[in-house]
Amino acid sequence: MTRIDKNTGGAAVTVRGLVKHYGETKALDGVDLDVREGTVMGVLGPNGAGKTTLVRILSTLLKSDSGQATVAGYDVVRQPRQLRRVIGLTGQYASVDEKLSGWENLYMIGRLLDLPRKDARGRADELLERFSLTEAAKRPAATYSGGMRRRLDLAASMIGRPAVLFLDEPTTGLDPRTRNEVWDEVKRMVGDGVTVLLTTQYMEEAEQLASELTVVDRGQVIAGGAIEELKAKVGGRALRIRPADPAHLRPLAVALDELGITGLATTTVDTDRGDVLVPILSDEQLTAVVGAVTARGITLSSLTTELPSLDEVFLSLTGHRASAPQDAVPAEDLQEAAV
Amino acid sequence: MSAVTIHDAEADARISLRGHLRHTGALIRRNLLWIRKDPESMADALLMPVIFTLLFVFVFGGSIGQALGGGQDRYVQYVIPGMIAMMSMTLSQGVGTGFSQDFNSGVMDRFRSLPIGRGSVLFAKISVELLRMLFATAVLMIVAVAVGFEITNWPGLLATVALSTAFASSIMWVFLTLGVILKNAQSVQAMGFLVLFPLQFGSSIFAPTTSMPGWLQAFTDYNPLSTLADAARGLMVGGPVAHDLWVTLGWSVAITAVMAPVAIHKFRTKS
Repeated sequence: MTRIDKNTGGAAVTVRGLVKHYGETKALDGVDLDVREGTVMGVLGPNGAGKTTLVRILSTLLKSDSGQATVAGYDVVRQPRQLRRVIGLTGQYASVDEKLSGWENLYMIGRLLDLPRKDARGRADELLERFSLTEAAKRPAATYSGGMRRRLDLAASMIGRPAVLFLDEPTTGLDPRTRNEVWDEVKRMVGDGVTVLLTTQYMEEAEQLASELTVVDRGQVIAGGAIEELKAKVGGRALRIRPADPAHLRPLAVALDELGITGLATTTVDTDRGDVLVPILSDEQLTAVVGAVTARGITLSSLTTELPSLDEVFLSLTGHRASAPQDAVPAEDLQEAAV
Repeated sequence: MSAVTIHDAEADARISLRGHLRHTGALIRRNLLWIRKDPESMADALLMPVIFTLLFVFVFGGSIGQALGGGQDRYVQYVIPGMIAMMSMTLSQGVGTGFSQDFNSGVMDRFRSLPIGRGSVLFAKISVELLRMLFATAVLMIVAVAVGFEITNWPGLLATVALSTAFASSIMWVFLTLGVILKNAQSVQAMGFLVLFPLQFGSSIFAPTTSMPGWLQAFTDYNPLSTLADAARGLMVGGPVAHDLWVTLGWSVAITAVMAPVAIHKFRTKS
């Protein structure tokens, strides 16, 4: 495996003051980021937050307007070729050739990475085997299912044994079962010691794969740190409590308020849905909530725990909701969403 | 992650000539595999020479042949060398549409994130399209002989093919540029036709230009497709060659000198 140069102080990716405009829109507005060697950094944010722009700049597909970035010690602007040799890229866009079979795709990329013919063949066989695609090896990639396509994408990124792997929303558009398959593959790759920068819209995905998290919104980093810290900040889980009688909603909120665990993040009362969302940090708090509800004699119709959604993470970190889930969000919508 | 390799940054940055050839070869192989998997993609290269030859020879051949002082046979001798010029232009368009598709499918981003020379991708595409063009020319010559064209000068035919290949490889840079800057394959094709139509029909390919109005003659005389067609006539059938040959080569060199750097630059900086 390609090893990152020693002179980088253990940082596989460093980003300083990165700015990128598309006309009037600021896709990146002064982003700083460090990914330590051998770790998985999750970059969490809604569509249009600048995640893809960041990955495209780091993988030399796009030039920034200002700021600096290095990957494995190589400068994205001054040393693009050396940099390309040590990265892998899988994303919404960096794709495989649909007309070629899985094997032909991997062999071609092996040759483009200067593997001798024999090694390129061996590497293609090996990766197809590892990503459970051997049976489909000879079929055109166009006939693959969504999950197989992503696995082939991942395999293609692994041919050059990259030191740093960029995964741009690797499971967007996949059903839950397929998503789990892809997660398992990514975990195995991480187990091999690859440094990963992963962008995602899902807190759950970040929690599954990343050890550190950077939350971005409208081109800016709004929070960052170890995933446990951030989870503590936003409430590790959220408890959704629905009283059987909607009239009990207010007394319920008061009871939860008195418990004092709402201080860590925002407890939201949703009168439309008729439930309360409480961020909790521990099983003890969960038990305390249930105890308080019982003590008040409030009958519940449902009680579920969920991971905080991207929206909730944003709400607690920024006080506004994440931008609407569209690629290009008109400014009015942003303001509306921020209210 | 066990072995520690200290990168020799300079050595990594250079791509040797062999490296370039290997990369271009791998990409040519990719495009040839496309043809093998989808033989229908060769339909244009197969049908265009057949349809155009039959159309022009049997629909217009009689009357234009008379004007040339003969009949349909006379026209066959006139139009076939011109057809070679036309093929070189029409089939060149394929590089643009193919390129546009590669960008939209995301496979181009994969290539651009690999440590290969950006030129390899362009050269591979051009090489494969030139092969398609040569195939179309071979089909054209078979049809030509079937409708009565006499190949009297084999070296002249080979020289014609070489000249039209040189011209095609220069015009392909124009279509490559369109393929990089336009949004999708449809707009590349539409824009391609806008370039193609006036050049093809405002030329001496299908009919002599002597009866055209003066302003149009001024255009057709320096239209590279006219000079290519006239040079082809000279080489294959007989007649003056030198002037048309040099003008055509001049165009090829000029178009390449201007458009190749533009295409490569646009390809490098496309976001």
